[in-house]
Amino acid sequence: MNEVIEAPSLATIFAAALLIAGAAVTLIGSFGLLRFPSFYQRVHAPTLGTTLGTIFIATASMLHFSAIGTRPVLHELLVIVFVISTTPITLMVLVRAARFRDGAGSE
Amino acid sequence: MSTMLGWSITAAQVLLGLAMACAAFRILWGPRAQDRIVGFDTLSVNTMLLLLAFGIRSGSALYFECALIVGLLGFVSTVALAKFLLRGEVIE
Repeated sequence: MNEVIEAPSLATIFAAALLIAGAAVTLIGSFGLLRFPSFYQRVHAPTLGTTLGTIFIATASMLHFSAIGTRPVLHELLVIVFVISTTPITLMVLVRAARFRDGAGSE
Repeated sequence: MSTMLGWSITAAQVLLGLAMACAAFRILWGPRAQDRIVGFDTLSVNTMLLLLAFGIRSGSALYFECALIVGLLGFVSTVALAKFLLRGEVIE
């Protein structure tokens, strides 16, 4: 990999903390996906990664790139807005499909 | 100080790799089709976050575009698979 570019220290500390926090939250959500017993419980767990994990890691990326000053900061807001607005649509359609397959829906 | 950021990026990549492994095991062992689709959605979101971490390490804006494309394709394919489970065909 390439060399990590030097950045001011306070933004670096915040970016590192946000990065590890986001990755840990995402791991907890995916582990919940692996461990929960039924489908309707499993569908809740990965949203921990899609909301908090995405916000933390994209904020860390924004902090780092605005600290080293190679480009403007607002690109990662696109990822945050996109993921947070599309995850409910995905899971809503999927749970409707699961209810239909379980024979409970009136679709 | 940059070594601290490098080590934290490595730790975040290891954690995201473990999260991707959890989602992959759910794809493999999912008892029904909707479990596999949830596992695929989680896998695509974790891939997107891992690409953002790679972008922080490399310092280029190229990984950000890759992350956006992976997230968009994950959304579209998950909705298409769920629509297929619901209706039996994707475009009707």
